[in-house]
Amino acid sequence: MAEFELPEECFYTREDEWVRHDGSIAYLGVTDYAQDQLGDIVFVELPEVGATLSQGDPFGVIESVKAVSDLYAPLSGEVIEVNEDLADAPETINESCYGDGWLLAVAPSDTGELETLMNAPDYAQYIKERQD
Amino acid sequence: MALRRTPCYESHKQLDARLVDFAGFEMPVQYTSIKREHAAVREHAGVFDVSHMGQIHFAGPKAVETVERLVTCPVASLKQQGVRYGMLCNERGGVVDDVTVYRIADDVLFLCVNAANIEKDLAWIRQHSPDDAGVQDRSAETGLIALQGPMSAALLASVGAPHAAKLGRFSFATALVHSMETLISRTGYTGSDGFEIYVGAGSCQRVFQALLAAGEQVEGGRAIPCGLGARDTLRLEAALPLYGHELDDETSPLEAGLDRFVKREQGGFLGAEAIEQRAAQGHVRRLVGFELSERGVARDGHPILVDGEPCGRVTSGAPSPTLDKSIGLGYLPTEHAETGKPIAIEIRGKSVAARIVETPFVRARKR
Repeated sequence: MAEFELPEECFYTREDEWVRHDGSIAYLGVTDYAQDQLGDIVFVELPEVGATLSQGDPFGVIESVKAVSDLYAPLSGEVIEVNEDLADAPETINESCYGDGWLLAVAPSDTGELETLMNAPDYAQYIKERQD
Repeated sequence: MALRRTPCYESHKQLDARLVDFAGFEMPVQYTSIKREHAAVREHAGVFDVSHMGQIHFAGPKAVETVERLVTCPVASLKQQGVRYGMLCNERGGVVDDVTVYRIADDVLFLCVNAANIEKDLAWIRQHSPDDAGVQDRSAETGLIALQGPMSAALLASVGAPHAAKLGRFSFATALVHSMETLISRTGYTGSDGFEIYVGAGSCQRVFQALLAAGEQVEGGRAIPCGLGARDTLRLEAALPLYGHELDDETSPLEAGLDRFVKREQGGFLGAEAIEQRAAQGHVRRLVGFELSERGVARDGHPILVDGEPCGRVTSGAPSPTLDKSIGLGYLPTEHAETGKPIAIEIRGKSVAARIVETPFVRARKR
């Protein structure tokens, strides 16, 4: 089985998104496991700057050659930046899902929500459960 | 019900393929990346396990006239070692299945049919065949490997079948591949040059592996295993219909633009009268190809809008790896089905601009 990259500083959701909280800003994207499962990513539909995310609610769509999947907000807050480069190069998500393939930067409304998410070892276990 | 497995299942596991349920079979949808597998077929070669497809044989003095009556393409005029594409049609002129007809000998033929339709086809065929047409379902005992792409002939030469290179399109010959008996036909479902290799189920996995191994030896002849995901994007670029999407029990072959596979002058086949009746009344819809002018991906089932009004539906849609834009097929009222016409596809409630274009979207074959 493939090994997946799981940065320690990230929090993870059951819908396979990650969040990295740097002081006042939270960056989010899809995990290495998610991009591997999706395959070649060809399109992402993201909210605009100023939109409000609500934890657990769908906020966008990610499409691979074969499939369409909803994206779910890992935490609540206001979108302060959107990764515009993905419109022309959605494959960046396959190449660098925790780096240049980030999706949104959000000003969290309640950082306490992060505690409801998984840490890297818990998420690794969650991946393993689904592979068995 | 447990999923069925093809004779190459162990190879798929070893190659770490992503397996999905397709027509009741556990099939590889991709091994590494659909885009990469797609590109391999357009530029080098790809090897597909399509053993899930069915083979229905006819043998005996009534074989030819029976198949002639069952399919839309001419059969008596088909030479030995020749292949034709056609359809089985019902009494409403709808398509029961689309098939390829192989003439093995004067009174021996077989049809290669879609996996999802094997049972339906068999019931239909048996209902319309006399006892002495010798109908026999050989689907389970027959493996099928598709070798597709410009390097295919060179690869077959390297596994002991150099004569395959001399086969004309839509013809076949028997050949030994590493001393295994095979039937090699110059046909395919990708729009690129290539072959389909019929082989007994017991030898199938060895042929699959031999072709992949040969792909590592032949200079410039990389061949990689390819799954059903790439098969779908390849056939869509070539605008080849997929049963259950462009074709079904209610769709006339003429609505789908398959006129040249229907012996309209000759007639005398099942569904001929209904097809002519529907044509005389004027078809209300036609299959069209379109490409998106904006970002997005059209998918099966999305509404097609003309002047903002829903007029039809997408039957197949995907990003085209060769063209790097989104393409699709769908049905529109005949009056709107004109090349160049601006239309829109409704994707998740949003209208995305598109226009009707000529098909095939990609012409990859050189010969």
